Amino acid sequence: MTPFLQHRDPLPVIAPVLVGGIILGLWQVLCTALAVPDYIFPAPTSIFRALVANGSVLAGALVNTLAVTLLAFAIAVVVGTLIALVFVQSRLIEISLLPYAIMLQVTPIVAIAPLIIIMIDDTFISLVLCAAVVAIFPVISNTTIGLRTADPGLLAYFRMNKASRWQMLIRLRIPSALPFFFAGLRIASGLSLIGAVVAEFVAGTGGRSSGLAYEILQAGFQLDMPRMFAALFLISLAGVALALAMAGLSRMALRGQGGDDL
Amino acid sequence: MSAPSQVDAAHIDVPLPIELLSVEKRFVNGVVGLEPTTLRVRRGEFVSIIGPSGCGKSTLLKLAGGLAEPSDGRVWWWRGPFARVGEDGRRLSFVFQDPTLMPWASVAANVRLPLDLAGVGRAEADARVAAALSEIGLAGHGSHLPRQLSGGMRMRGSIARALVTDPDLLLMDEPFGALDEISRNRLDERLLQLSTERSLTTLFVTHSIYEAAFLSTRVIVMAANPGRIFAEHVIDAPLDRDDTFRMSASFADHARELSRLLTAASHQSGENHP
Repeated sequence: MTPFLQHRDPLPVIAPVLVGGIILGLWQVLCTALAVPDYIFPAPTSIFRALVANGSVLAGALVNTLAVTLLAFAIAVVVGTLIALVFVQSRLIEISLLPYAIMLQVTPIVAIAPLIIIMIDDTFISLVLCAAVVAIFPVISNTTIGLRTADPGLLAYFRMNKASRWQMLIRLRIPSALPFFFAGLRIASGLSLIGAVVAEFVAGTGGRSSGLAYEILQAGFQLDMPRMFAALFLISLAGVALALAMAGLSRMALRGQGGDDL
Repeated sequence: MSAPSQVDAAHIDVPLPIELLSVEKRFVNGVVGLEPTTLRVRRGEFVSIIGPSGCGKSTLLKLAGGLAEPSDGRVWWWRGPFARVGEDGRRLSFVFQDPTLMPWASVAANVRLPLDLAGVGRAEADARVAAALSEIGLAGHGSHLPRQLSGGMRMRGSIARALVTDPDLLLMDEPFGALDEISRNRLDERLLQLSTERSLTTLFVTHSIYEAAFLSTRVIVMAANPGRIFAEHVIDAPLDRDDTFRMSASFADHARELSRLLTAASHQSGENHP
C-alpha cells in the first residue's frame, strides 16, 4: 500500500505549487515596485517576517484554535452519527426531528454564538459547542443518506435470509454508508474550523485561550497587516491540513474495507 | 432417471418443496401482474419459466422466494409458511439477475454471508466456503473483491453463495442473462451437474428457450396481460446433458416446440415478442 500523499502522477502537486509561486512572485514584485506600504497591503516577505517575529504567540493561538476545531469535530462526528443511526430506525423519528436539524443548520452560527457564549461560563466549552453545531449537519445528513442507500437487492437478500435488524445494520447498512460518511467527515472538518474561528470572533476573548481569530482582531486594531496575514495564512494551512488528513483517512478506510477478509 | 411427469406413488406424501396455490398479484394501481396461478414443483425437478416481458415470471419467482406477498392465494414451502423455512434444515436459496454481492467484501466473505447470518462457526464456514468456491470454479479467487472479477465470475460467486448453505430449493431469476453465450453454456452445464448431484429442486426464470430446453425437466410458458401460465412442456431427456445433447435432434425438437409455444403466448398477450 502506498502512503496517501505519495502520488504516482506528480502533476497534481507540481502545477498548484507553480501557480502559487508565480502569484507570490508577482505579489512581491508589485508591492516592491509600487512601494505599497505594509499597513495597506503587505508583501509576502513582510508577512513571513511577521510570522517569524510573532512565532510563539501565533503558534499558541494556532494550537488553541486547533484544539477547539478538533474537539468540536470529534463531538460532531460522534453525536451526528448517533443521531443518524436514530433517524434510520424509524421514519417517524426522522420526519419529527429532521426539521429541527435543518433549522439548526440554516441559522447562521454568528447569530447563535452570542447566546451560547453568554449561557456557558467556560469560553473554551462555548467555542467548542458553537463549532460543533456548525459541523454536525453534514455528518447527520450524509450518514443518514448512506445508511438508507443500501443496495435494494442486498436488502432483499438479507431479509430473505432472515437477518436481524442488528445484522443488517452491521453487515449491510454501515458498510454501505461508509463512503457517504467519509464525504460528510470531509465537509464537517472544514466546517468545524470555520465554526471555531467564527465563534472566536464573536467571543473576542484574549488571554490564555485566545485563538487565531483573536490574533486577527488584535492585528486589525493595531493596523498590523503583516501579522493579520500571518494569522490568516495559519488558518488556511490548518484547513488544508485537515482536508488532507480527511482525504487520507477516507482513502485508507475505504481501501481496507474488503480484500484481506479471509 | 424417471420422467418427472410420472409421479411415483411412494412420493405423493413427500411434501413438495414449493407449491403456489392460486396465487394472484394485483399491484396498487390495479394492474393484475399475475392471475390466480397454481404451480407445484416436485423434489428434484428443474422447472424453467419463460414468457414475454410483463408476463409475471419474475413476480412468480419473487412469490416463491418469499420476497413478495401474494394478493390472494397461498405459497407453501414443504407444506409450511415462509417463516418456518430453514427450521427443519430444509433451505432455499435465491440467485438474482445481478450478482448482488457486497462490493466492499471479498468474494469469500460474500459467499460466507448466509453462513454468518445463520451463525455457523468460523472454521466450518471457511471450509464450506472453500468447497463452494472450488465447486463453481472460483478456487483461488476468494480474496478478490467483486469488482476485480469479470461479470461471469461475479455470477459464479453469487451461485457459490447460493450453494454454500446446501439448499434444497434453488430459485434463480435470469442469472446468466448478462453473460456471453459461451460463459452461459458452461455455467448451465455446471449448474445442471450440481443440481443433479445434490438432487436440488430448481425454479429458473430465463429469456432463452435454448437455456430452458437444455436445463429443464419441465418448462412453464407464461403469457402477459394479465400474467398467467399459458402452457407447459416436459423435457424428458436424461439429465446427464452436455454439448452432445445441444447438438441432438431431440434438443432441437424441444427448442422448436418451446419457440412455438412462446410465439403463441406472445400472440395471446397481444404483444409481439421478438
